[in-house]
Amino acid sequence: MSAPAVRLWHLYPREMNIYADRGNIAVLGARLRRRGLDLVLHEGGPGEDVPDGGVDLVYLGGGQDRDQLHVAADLAATKAADLRALLRGGAAGLFVCGGYQLGGHSYRTAGGETVAGIGVLDIETTAGPDRLIGDIVLRSDLGPGDEPDRLVGYENHAGRTRLGDGAKALGRVVKGHGNNGTDPTEGAVAGRAIGTYLHGPLLPKNPWLADLILGWALEHRYGRRFDLEPLEDRLEQAAHRAAVARADHPRR
Amino acid sequence: MRCVGRLAEMIAASAGALSRATGRGGGTSLPGMVLNRLEPGALARLGGGLGGGAVYISATNGKTTTARLLSACLRADGRIVTANAAGANLASGVTSALLARERTRRYRRNRRTRPSRHATGEPGDLAGPTDPGSGCGGIGVFEVDEAALPPVARALQPRAVVLMNLFRDQLDRYGELETIAERWSELARSLGPATTLVLNADDPALAHLGADPPRVVLFGIDDPEMGRGDLPHAADTVRCGNCGHPLSHDLVTVGHLGHWRCDSCGLRRPRPHISARRMHLDGLDRMTLTIAGTGDETGPGSDDETSSGDGTGSGGRSAGAGTDLEITAGLGGLHNAYNVTAAVAAAAALGVPPEAIRDGIAGVQAAFGRAEQVSLDGRTLRLLLAKNPTGANENIRCVLAEPGPLSLLVVLNDRTADGRDPSWIWDVDYEPLWDRISSVTLAGDRCWELALRFSYGGLDPARFEVRENLPEALDHAVAATPPGGVLFALPTYTALLDLRAELVRRGATHDFWQES
Repeated sequence: MSAPAVRLWHLYPREMNIYADRGNIAVLGARLRRRGLDLVLHEGGPGEDVPDGGVDLVYLGGGQDRDQLHVAADLAATKAADLRALLRGGAAGLFVCGGYQLGGHSYRTAGGETVAGIGVLDIETTAGPDRLIGDIVLRSDLGPGDEPDRLVGYENHAGRTRLGDGAKALGRVVKGHGNNGTDPTEGAVAGRAIGTYLHGPLLPKNPWLADLILGWALEHRYGRRFDLEPLEDRLEQAAHRAAVARADHPRR
Repeated sequence: MRCVGRLAEMIAASAGALSRATGRGGGTSLPGMVLNRLEPGALARLGGGLGGGAVYISATNGKTTTARLLSACLRADGRIVTANAAGANLASGVTSALLARERTRRYRRNRRTRPSRHATGEPGDLAGPTDPGSGCGGIGVFEVDEAALPPVARALQPRAVVLMNLFRDQLDRYGELETIAERWSELARSLGPATTLVLNADDPALAHLGADPPRVVLFGIDDPEMGRGDLPHAADTVRCGNCGHPLSHDLVTVGHLGHWRCDSCGLRRPRPHISARRMHLDGLDRMTLTIAGTGDETGPGSDDETSSGDGTGSGGRSAGAGTDLEITAGLGGLHNAYNVTAAVAAAAALGVPPEAIRDGIAGVQAAFGRAEQVSLDGRTLRLLLAKNPTGANENIRCVLAEPGPLSLLVVLNDRTADGRDPSWIWDVDYEPLWDRISSVTLAGDRCWELALRFSYGGLDPARFEVRENLPEALDHAVAATPPGGVLFALPTYTALLDLRAELVRRGATHDFWQES
């Protein structure tokens, strides 16, 4: 019998990959394989439908503005309804940077044009006058411990994102700008869908978040809780600690 | 105003001297920065003294090398070239170079030591032997940062602008590269009839920037042997600029460069006027190219691939005159083949005869940190600046072409000049190295990010060493390289400066601003 596997649908890998999204995909596969589990990767390009055989985890990364507009149109035409159904049915989702904005209700461009998103996250985004750029550190309640766990990364976005009334943030900003640079929230969580501006990429330096998402995806597929065994994360923890230290003691 | 300008120049030049004396650097940008602040019109005033005009070279990758190549061609033709120092490529660096030229001229005039009437061809020959007093001598060849190009070109109208490529690089500082392409497009539309645009036909973001201006010279690579199969992961301009449809490629060379076409609206790579045909790339230090000119330099290239490629030209003086030019260069790699071809196109557009182009390029050695060779403790270090995915990929290809097991030192910094966001290392294709590596040392401000990249890329962490301290990393990497062997160093920009400073401390090389 083959090993349990997560079926990942990576959306628009050609168009939406500018902030090292490849690193997030590599981490998802490697952390499964290190535990004797497996990843089945489906790439979803323009015009393509949900892959046969089902999906446990959806990933959508960031792209350049023009590519993002093309992707928004293609999403609405070919995938948005299926994605809503998938996530409503308990599949996990990770939406990063431009993907985060597209996971929400809408995005208003600097030119005043409103682009519809998938609507799985209760957020709305409006282009701001400048970009919010730099190292970022959050505290998040999603982590496995009793205390809020830290998430580290890099942010670079012109969009100002506002959470809807019932929406929950991924974390509170310790250092950096977050959703909009004014309130202390960063990212959004709805069911098993997570959206965030953190890249760098996100998952290599935040292995607890990778494992949380993989656990959700396995649970969706097999209908039971998976206790993922801890991995030896020496390099991951060193990079995480270095990023926290940099935020605490900025240089130059 | 003249007195104010003179006083401002003195203050600015003193700042540069102080910078060198206190060991803060070569003073290659500071004088210009001070002068531009004190006298906002300084760039235009000093640049106005260049009788031969100014040439700007901009690109994500290849600015420094191409500027060196073009300068060498012009000098081989007996012209007097003023150039900015490597990396000093903002307005401040251009002004610094012009200020140094002006002060040397004035110094010579005051000493009444009339230079000879013949060009010496020496790089340090800033003052014009043609006629130092009249202010009509000399041509400026300046590498200019992608974002700084439009304001610099507004301050001092160029005689030619060479635009070579746009790749993802320093996203934190520039924003996305579409933004730069848009600003370059505005610049191209604003140029007057006296300016020649030299454009890379193989980059779909640039090939059609010259639809409107009066004079365009297109260059490209036309050797089918140089194809690399599919687009790499880090390909950037993959959609048609006209209709947004995904582009198709008959040939992929470097990053997204190649023979591209849109199957939807029909926009395609224009046929270049100057084209590298038969190419032989021989290691890190040598290449031979046969460069052909169509003789048709005045309009955009024909889209008709079947049209005749051997135009008749005008008098046979320029390289674009229908005769093949055999070029040998002391540089390695396909990315450098683009640099050479761009320099040939620009030199031909500036009227440099073929012999001078050939001689000029043959005499150029790698710029600092571009496959630069340094001896240390019985090993040879090769310094290969790797500051963005496409540049790193090309360096890795060059390293893979070397024989035997490979020793590597990879240094990742994230300071302002590197880009603060280290995400880009995940777009580099390091994986082909794994089977060839005998030792790897990882260092720099973000060494742990490199460790994650290599580990998740499939290299067993037992096969690499991480050292936060650069001198320790260098010691480890050298010790792990067999005596007589080669250590390949892949540093980011500030990591290269740190590494070279350490090599200078160890007496292995000299400061970069002392090089010709």
